[in-house]
Amino acid sequence: MKRTESLITWYGELTTRRHLLKRGGLFLVPGLLWLMLFLVLPSLVLVVVSFVTRGAYGELEWVFTIENYKRLAGFTLFGWTADYLLILWRSIVVAMVTTLISVVLSYPLCFFIAARSERNRYMWLTLVMIPFWTNMVIRAYAWFFILSPEMPFAKLAALLGCIPDGAPLYPNAFAVYLGMISMFIPFVTLPLYAGVERLDWSLVEAAQDLYASRIRVFTQAILPQTMPGLSVGIIFTFFPAMGMFVVPDLLGGAKYMLVGNLIQQQFGTSRDWPFGAAVSMGLMVLTMIGLQIYRRKGKEIQVV
Amino acid sequence: MIQKEKLTHPIHEGLTVKHICKQFGTVKALDDVSLTVEPGEFFTLLGPSGCGKTTLLRIIAGLEMADSGRIFSGGKEITRLPAMKRQVNTVFQSYALFPHLTIYENVAFGLRSRKFPEDEIRKRVDRRLEMLDLGAMAQRYHHQLSGGQKQRVALARALVNEPDVLLLDEPMSALDARLRAQVQEDLRRLQRKLGLTFILVTHDQAEALVCSDRLAVMRDGRVIQTGIPEVVYDNPQDSFVAKFLGAANLISCTKVPGGVQTDFGFLSLESEPPWQEGMVAIRPEWIRIGEQQPECNGIRAKVTEIVYRGSSFDLWLEPGHLRVRTSSYRRIDPGREVWLELAPEELVILKDEAN
Repeated sequence: MKRTESLITWYGELTTRRHLLKRGGLFLVPGLLWLMLFLVLPSLVLVVVSFVTRGAYGELEWVFTIENYKRLAGFTLFGWTADYLLILWRSIVVAMVTTLISVVLSYPLCFFIAARSERNRYMWLTLVMIPFWTNMVIRAYAWFFILSPEMPFAKLAALLGCIPDGAPLYPNAFAVYLGMISMFIPFVTLPLYAGVERLDWSLVEAAQDLYASRIRVFTQAILPQTMPGLSVGIIFTFFPAMGMFVVPDLLGGAKYMLVGNLIQQQFGTSRDWPFGAAVSMGLMVLTMIGLQIYRRKGKEIQVV
Repeated sequence: MIQKEKLTHPIHEGLTVKHICKQFGTVKALDDVSLTVEPGEFFTLLGPSGCGKTTLLRIIAGLEMADSGRIFSGGKEITRLPAMKRQVNTVFQSYALFPHLTIYENVAFGLRSRKFPEDEIRKRVDRRLEMLDLGAMAQRYHHQLSGGQKQRVALARALVNEPDVLLLDEPMSALDARLRAQVQEDLRRLQRKLGLTFILVTHDQAEALVCSDRLAVMRDGRVIQTGIPEVVYDNPQDSFVAKFLGAANLISCTKVPGGVQTDFGFLSLESEPPWQEGMVAIRPEWIRIGEQQPECNGIRAKVTEIVYRGSSFDLWLEPGHLRVRTSSYRRIDPGREVWLELAPEELVILKDEAN
């Protein structure tokens, strides 16, 4: 009698939320193994490779050196040059500008969608997502077509004297930004929309009632409420944008090299794996630093 | 000062609303509403949900714009001014406190918007927080406060701006019954002390009676009756006001010489009703109950139900399905027959005709 009773209590204990959550840890194992095998191990290999020497034919020579990092920092046989650091810096600037413009464009878009009727909202959200489902390379080539000399945009630019007559609007920085921003807008719009849709308008009205200017209404009533979605959008845009290589490669040309292209070049045509690994490590370190800064700032902003 | 004396027309310093109309789609939210609120008055807009009272409040605040009509405050027209340019502040139903700001910063918000110097802000905010017993809460956030405290913060945040008119949008609906009664009295005292103009929106008739200097009963986007609470309560214009303010007995009747004929007999009235068939009302607490037949307007009735209400009893009687409220504890069991006196001076002739 006593035994059955304790068995029943024990069984009940098993189905409580606390217990289920504890046991849920087991289900993590396959995912963790996957990440270990295909993310952590390759990353460690990359660390090792970044410290070895490139052979004459591009093979790895197991001679340990810090030459690759010195080269990244600009020390060459012929003295110091800022070439690679400039590429890193340019990548950061491009990612920042891309993120900023994506955010500025996404806010009105989100408010526009949130103001539609419930049925139309999903249509608009789908329209935002469609480019996101299209292959990145195809989208980049689509920009070739749009920016080609026959299209009105290039003709207008030629008319205004920005480019020579009959030239396309690529490759240049402008084309890179166009491509990058169009690529990353959905990454900002979707998480931001979730926040805008649930916006508590009474806070906006309270701010207006308390004599706030438009800017103050935005910074005090709208921004804090949409901060969670905005954070996700910024993280999803800034860090991938920093390592982007397809778009700058196709739309930016050889003169507008970003760190993504540099890495791709080292592992591809240049056959210099150790240097490519060193540049990758540089990018990874930058990403980590960026995330750390962002987390600190985020904590300051989101007091509650 | 000199300029003011030169003006030929006397300026109304309170709030005047003239012929306001507002339509949402096909629904007429406000239909030609006109009101005057005196400076320093506690004015209440009373009505059931959907009667347009909140819309009117939002139009006064500048959060909605009227389709037609004009609003004047302190002698100036404010009809088309945006909310941030009006000397009017609102206590929102949800309080709408900024969750990312401390209580102190919430209260300071309006002063910061208007770029007051820091020491002036500190002085004013501290004074309001002290006055509303929130001094210890200054550095907390809104989620650390109780419902009553949040309500007081919302009040402090509006009052610190010293508005011409303070608007209160059902500010007590989120409080429990006991606290609500307390807050109603506190609010009344606060308004008297500050001498500011308050406009309260509520659907709670008891709240309206406790708080107001004057009240306006609204229905379907119109103001039906305006007046001081006692007068509106004692002399409801029509069956709607009679039912909405207190539980009145409504009696359908036909005009006859000297009074009216009802289902349960003749009742004499003090004046002649303006209709052939219509209604008269009598408050449950004004019907006298006794053992002997009264001289005038006596009805023999049987008790059908008895409801205990703490400080009083409600008796339901037939014929006429009348409700009588009696404060004296005399156990009258259902089934007993008594005499009721519906004195002519207590019977109110309602405007509405029988439909």
